[in-house]
Amino acid sequence: MNPVLFPRTKEMLLSMVKAYPEARFMAGGTDLLVALRQKQKALPPLIGLERMEGMGDILKEGEEISIGAACTLKEVASHPLTRQHLPLLCQGAASVGGPALRNMATLGGNLCTASPAGDTLPALFLLDARLDLLSETGLHTLSMEAFITGPGRTALLPGELLHRIRIPIPQNAPIQHFEKVGNRNAMAIAVASLAALIRMEQGLVAEARLAWGSVGPKVIRSSEAEAALVGKPLREESLKEAAFYAGKAVQPISDIRASADYRKTVSASLLQRLILYRDSDCRGEQS
Amino acid sequence: MSKPPENAPISFFLNGSPLSLSVAPGRRVVDLLREDLPLTGTKEGCGTGECGACTLLVDGLPMLSCLMLAAQLEGRNIETVESLEKDPVGEKLITSFEEKGAVQCGYCIPGMEMTALALLRKHPEADREDIRKGLSGNLCRCTGYVKILDAVEDTAKNLTAPKEMP
Repeated sequence: MNPVLFPRTKEMLLSMVKAYPEARFMAGGTDLLVALRQKQKALPPLIGLERMEGMGDILKEGEEISIGAACTLKEVASHPLTRQHLPLLCQGAASVGGPALRNMATLGGNLCTASPAGDTLPALFLLDARLDLLSETGLHTLSMEAFITGPGRTALLPGELLHRIRIPIPQNAPIQHFEKVGNRNAMAIAVASLAALIRMEQGLVAEARLAWGSVGPKVIRSSEAEAALVGKPLREESLKEAAFYAGKAVQPISDIRASADYRKTVSASLLQRLILYRDSDCRGEQS
Repeated sequence: MSKPPENAPISFFLNGSPLSLSVAPGRRVVDLLREDLPLTGTKEGCGTGECGACTLLVDGLPMLSCLMLAAQLEGRNIETVESLEKDPVGEKLITSFEEKGAVQCGYCIPGMEMTALALLRKHPEADREDIRKGLSGNLCRCTGYVKILDAVEDTAKNLTAPKEMP
């Protein structure tokens, strides 16, 4: 029987990694334990992160929100700092599974699972999240682009750990909106999702960032769709034009949940639906 | 680091009482409860965190015992459906579920009730929409949910109703 260890400090963690180089890191365990059980083998040594200092808190540091990788999705979705500054991320976190699952599953875990359907990933891409990785050699930082290398694959090296997620606070009150379409409202993996961050200036779109989830091996962005919105009011015609480019940019597969064609249609529709949220209260609470 | 023993000691509170036992650290909490203790009120449905049947409360929060390991319980406060009748909110839930006929096969009910317990403790004024969202992670194959929602809503009304009319 392999041990299940709960380090509290970096020093304890690194000595455990040394003692059990074959150990797997476990945050909430909601993906990892399912995957390990499917292999029908004994569990490997596990290093659980739920009691690690500095991995379960959400802080404002300068112009950044810094989130410990072992923060649960419930904490991410409900914390005053994320609700104020990062409603996009809150909406993504609140879309994962159901309430009990979100009390266990973590932001770091959602990232490290690196599923194309990971509901926090499109938001983290758009928000330019920086990921602090911890290993024996110290800390180093990667962008989302560099961290997620493919479906289920990350740039993490053996013995290396996602420690904190740092997100610059969006300036000038952009509209932040995330929407997911699944086969059911709760507990369903996304068929397609869209994260949008749109900054308006004098009634015109000054900047548009759009990211689709679950419709490609990684999060998909479309510079054509983004450009189609800039300089125009946020109206049906411009969203329709942008949606055309969205349909071209996504690269969905057909699987048990939906066909590729359906996913393309939904990706475009999600963008057109932004008209519904144009005036809604999704700008966070700027301080 | 020396090789750990097969079983490791853990201590936690189970339904209000302190408990120390020796258990394989990688044993799932649902198995520990049902097979070792044995408290068979907690049910295992899907075993993958999708159905909510195995929900119990850990430090007051609903969590899934099929995705928890015994070692994670150290120092925690665990509540299972066996404690429900001793809890003031739980007692009302049991009565409402009976009165509203909110049970068919009964398999999902322990998870439903524990989830509802946590929700109503925190939000006794929860309305139907809050309850729908609160129970959204608990699946039921037979009731169609309406009677379950009725029962939880009824409990909430009982909790917030004034004791006597003036």
